[in-house]
Amino acid sequence: MSTFEFLLQGLVSAMEPMNLFYALIGVTLGTMVGVLPGIGPATTVALLLPVTYQLDATGSLIMFAGIYYGGMYGGSTTSILLNTPGESASIVTALEGNKMARAGRGGPALATAAIGSFVAGLIATLALAFIAPYIVKLALVFGPREYFALMVLAFVTVSSAFGNSTLRGLTSLFIGLALSLVGIDQLTGQNRLSFGVPDLLDGIEVTTMAVAMFAIGETLYIAAQGEAAPDKIEAIKGSVWMTAQDWGRSWKAWLRGTVIGFPIGAMPAGGAEIGTFLSYATEKRLSKHPEEFGNGAIEGVAGPEAANNASAAGTLVPLLTLGLPTSATAAIMLAGFQQYGLQPGPLLFATNPQLVWGLIASLLIANLMLLVLNLPLVGLWVKLLTIPKPWLYAGILVFATLGTIGANPSVFELGMLLVFGLVAYIMRVFDYPIAPVIVGLILGPLAEQQLRRALAISQGDVTVLFTSPIAAVLLSVAALALILPLVLRARGRGDALSQMAASED
Amino acid sequence: MKHFFLASLLAGAIALPAAAADYSIMAPAAPGGGWDQTARTMQTALQTEKISGKVQVMNVPGAGGTIGIAQFASQQKGNANALMVGGYVMVGAILTNKSPVTLKDVTPIARLTGEYEVIVVPAASEIKTVADLVAKLKANPGAVSWGGGSAGGTDHITAGLIAKAAGVDPTKVNYIAFSGGGEALAAILGGQVTAGISSYGEFESQIKAGALRLLAISSEKKLEGINAPTLKESGLDVVIQNWRMVAAAPGLTPEQKKAVTADVEKLAKSKTWQDTLKTKGWIDTYLSGPEFEAQLAKDIAATETILKDIGLVK
Repeated sequence: MSTFEFLLQGLVSAMEPMNLFYALIGVTLGTMVGVLPGIGPATTVALLLPVTYQLDATGSLIMFAGIYYGGMYGGSTTSILLNTPGESASIVTALEGNKMARAGRGGPALATAAIGSFVAGLIATLALAFIAPYIVKLALVFGPREYFALMVLAFVTVSSAFGNSTLRGLTSLFIGLALSLVGIDQLTGQNRLSFGVPDLLDGIEVTTMAVAMFAIGETLYIAAQGEAAPDKIEAIKGSVWMTAQDWGRSWKAWLRGTVIGFPIGAMPAGGAEIGTFLSYATEKRLSKHPEEFGNGAIEGVAGPEAANNASAAGTLVPLLTLGLPTSATAAIMLAGFQQYGLQPGPLLFATNPQLVWGLIASLLIANLMLLVLNLPLVGLWVKLLTIPKPWLYAGILVFATLGTIGANPSVFELGMLLVFGLVAYIMRVFDYPIAPVIVGLILGPLAEQQLRRALAISQGDVTVLFTSPIAAVLLSVAALALILPLVLRARGRGDALSQMAASED
Repeated sequence: MKHFFLASLLAGAIALPAAAADYSIMAPAAPGGGWDQTARTMQTALQTEKISGKVQVMNVPGAGGTIGIAQFASQQKGNANALMVGGYVMVGAILTNKSPVTLKDVTPIARLTGEYEVIVVPAASEIKTVADLVAKLKANPGAVSWGGGSAGGTDHITAGLIAKAAGVDPTKVNYIAFSGGGEALAAILGGQVTAGISSYGEFESQIKAGALRLLAISSEKKLEGINAPTLKESGLDVVIQNWRMVAAAPGLTPEQKKAVTADVEKLAKSKTWQDTLKTKGWIDTYLSGPEFEAQLAKDIAATETILKDIGLVK
């Protein structure tokens, strides 16, 4: 049978009423649990996996796919509405999404996230079905030096998210980089900056940090302003739905996000959040409304949300073709497959075509269910914002705290949440951007480890960093992105550019 | 409506950890890994076989299990219903992290399963046998890069033992630690490192597909269905097993310890457990009582020596 027939067969069996019902249950459960801050898709899938064991293989895979996509999507809802990202891949969504929500545009933000996730999920799942074997070859070419070059590129491009002052942006970035050094060094197993505190051995948890920086910091900031707080939350201004202009600005961002997210998700050391960073930076560069970035630009929600869903499908490429679990969620999925005596790996497509195509078909169905479930809910979710401000922010504090101790039951973690919340408050007061801290915390260790691995393999020969064609290209692009604006400015042709920079916020 | 929704979510979140349980099993790792899977398999088997009523699994991730064991030893003292999963990786992590809490501070009950380490190279590699690898290693230890799991873990220790057995200075071993099996496997397949080292299960499908060449396995004797010599047969006196165990809380009375040991024995012999071992490809290396305690002491001493030789522990 051909690829297409297998897929069709999978779709037919996934369309049976009972299986559709399982998909709906899966998506609902996944979204409900995924909505809790601090609980990302990995934990959601781990918590709910036992539920699927009671069903037959097809039903279970379908429900499972629903939980996976539901969990991915649930994280963005809290990011947008409450500024509390449930996982690192939806941190970027909070940047613009929450600004939109507070300007009364929570409806369009949620809708563009939902539709973007659908579009990206659809394209990426089809890509998984048809081009997985080629993508995986590309992913294997990436060794430590290529990853290092990719991280350098990410650092350079993401710096556009640093707000209007380079100095303040870099200061924030270095706070993040310094914090990223805490914990056991991956390559030698030795402790760094943990001061004998066992809770610090594993480093500072990114989600704890993100919740502290965004949710707690902001709550303190709002509380400190008291009655004088100017930005009164308007739940709904204009339509709850996306306007024609919203559609026009979103669709390209969805597609670009998909193109960026899918291959990065397929790379064994890529990680969903890097795709979202790159997508955000791309959208900001290409936007006709760069001045809106930082104040709620819809592209800044559409692109990263598409990127993180595309990368969720991308993660399945190495999992299904190589048996490589490249994320925590994928590792749990691997455990799920093993329940049916299924060993993902290079032979899977040949030995178990029905199950593989059944899974891919299930993902398509789950993706559709997600949209069916979530679009009508947008109106309900947005009403959350009509809760009086003191209640809303008290609720955010409770949720943020519950999510943190739920994910990591320790008093120390709670202490960190509060301390970094205070730090974020101080940074806000002095107008330092928050996002670079998180960027540093995530990218810092990746860049450091890949650099040291590359140098260890080459036994200290620095030239290896440039001699691989892929690394050389990536580094050149990074260098161009860094130098070009400076050159343009120096030659006096940078008027437009500096104007843009000045109006950026 | 929204208040109801919020309230029910909150109630759900609060009620979650409070469910009654006969045994509560701590997996000192994140969901998805080997220890977590062991704990969840135990949970299913204990319930299905009616050895225990309701079993709860709790994850305390971090630092090779040392965060979990510290919490377990301090919070569960004297609680005969508390179990913790652990393994060989924890032995190394306790030493490298200089953890104040060790396996002496809990009550080890039994070894449950084990996996043997294998040495692989990409199919295109010029290295065909362990002898080729050893020759390369002797010529220039730094030029042989080993890809495997976390620093100081079983893979790293095996690489150190191999070097030592081959008469090469273990501090010269160029070990490249990767987080998680997937990343290491990708680096090996992509030819980024000279050789790969991990448990058989991690490489199984790639070996069968012909993408990786299996050089040797770290078991005592040749294993059925695995077409490779042991390290011993290849002239390197290295036998190592990445085992997983279950421990009870500290401060139990002898009767309580006996009861827990009896339950674990029932679990290990049960049909549900044995069936799951088969589907997951885990090898049953059940060992309990004084024999287990003696073996554990031996493993800890040997690990300390090799970690000092590699230079990870002073």
